[in-house]
Amino acid sequence: MFRNQYDTDVTTWSPAGRLFQVEYAMEAVKQGSAAIGLRSKTHVVLACVNKASSELSSHQKKIFKVDDHIGVAIAGLTADGRVLSRYMRNECINYSYTYESPLPVGRLVCTQRSWKRPYGVGLLIGGLDESGAHLYYNCPSGNYFEYQAFAIGSRSQAAKTYLERKFETFVDSSRENLIKDALFALRETLQGEKLTSSNCTIAVLGIGEAFSTLDQETVQRLINEFEVVGEDPPAEAAAAPDQSDGAEPGPAAAAADDDDQETPAADQGAAPMDI
Amino acid sequence: MCRTCVAIAGADYCVIAADTRMSTGYSILTRDYSKIIQLADKSVMASSGFQADVRALQKVLAARHLIYQHQHNKQMSCPAMAQLLSNTLYYKRFFPYYAFNVLGGLDSEGKGCVFTYDAVGSYERVGYSAQGSGSTLITPFLDNQLKSPSPLLLPAKDAVTPLSESEAIDLVKTCFASATERDIYTGDKLEILVLNASGIRREYMELRKD
Repeated sequence: MFRNQYDTDVTTWSPAGRLFQVEYAMEAVKQGSAAIGLRSKTHVVLACVNKASSELSSHQKKIFKVDDHIGVAIAGLTADGRVLSRYMRNECINYSYTYESPLPVGRLVCTQRSWKRPYGVGLLIGGLDESGAHLYYNCPSGNYFEYQAFAIGSRSQAAKTYLERKFETFVDSSRENLIKDALFALRETLQGEKLTSSNCTIAVLGIGEAFSTLDQETVQRLINEFEVVGEDPPAEAAAAPDQSDGAEPGPAAAAADDDDQETPAADQGAAPMDI
Repeated sequence: MCRTCVAIAGADYCVIAADTRMSTGYSILTRDYSKIIQLADKSVMASSGFQADVRALQKVLAARHLIYQHQHNKQMSCPAMAQLLSNTLYYKRFFPYYAFNVLGGLDSEGKGCVFTYDAVGSYERVGYSAQGSGSTLITPFLDNQLKSPSPLLLPAKDAVTPLSESEAIDLVKTCFASATERDIYTGDKLEILVLNASGIRREYMELRKD
């Protein structure tokens, strides 16, 4: 990007009324691996791509439980993300200590400080309160917005395109369909790599369901059930129509791929899921 | 000092019991107040004394346990919780929590453990304990039934009682029935929590209401 004389300090405005340090911090978010959030009236699903810095290392944790009813997925400087989740966890614990009730998510989202460097991490905060399920995006500028679905991090535009197509169905979506959509959106950011349970993490929370991260086996089973494969699938479904994702004529796949059949009928076709 | 709490550790279970009467002076405030709280999946605490301090102490421990779970991704073990309780109590050494606690649970090997405390955090792992106004009546009886011979004798005997779970529960019921007869602060109803490998179970028994 550009270097100029107004970008050394976060407390210096440029003549055009911009804080360059904040904008540079927002660039850091775009460098991180993708994180996606979607919500229905009753559930929020957070999903992220697990990127390991080398083949020898393990991937960094990007989804954190903040409280039973709040979870956060981060993209950008994961160290900053961890500092913020620790802060948010403390806020939740202090609030429920004082008020004996869970912290409303909207109160959690203001966390930036003006005298230090901005946090170089974007937060997708999913939470539940009395008015239902919410998804917020908190960016390094301190701004936050509520979303039906959003994606951040590298190659998130591909996921956003998918989400923009489908978001109107999310409000009344079932929990399983929401997870399915998250997996599909995640697949878009992988651009050709095969989606497996080892390169993604999914977390769910909802009314009556505390925040939890799905374990690898469950995720792999869901991936297989929804037949979510990469763009160069092995021998199987070469001549698939573009909307479906290499679906074989199995009972689960048939209902799952067609947009018009995004109804309860799709659930009955799929195997019962005991997650 | 109001209320009475008792805990007994067994080979693979732990029994914690407390009455449910809350009183002040010669009056009863309520007949149905639980003093037992489950702090972690294998730790249960019962406290007698000033209930406002007891409640505050329970909240502090619950918050600290949440933090532990966030940082370590697992529940606190009973011995760890025992140390935390001791530190929390000593933190207020010069303005103490007026709470007399007994912590019970299963240790990491699945054996029953009971820890008994004073108000400022001095604690010890024992095989059984009683705290509260009825403790002076119950402890001699438990000593008679459960106390192992001197630890100086060989072979070394475990503090944990050889009684079975149902025998221990019956013993606890007997203790409270007797304490209720003579202690004005003990009575109304007995709440018993049993922790074992299959989880936690609650039982209730009516006590004399006078």
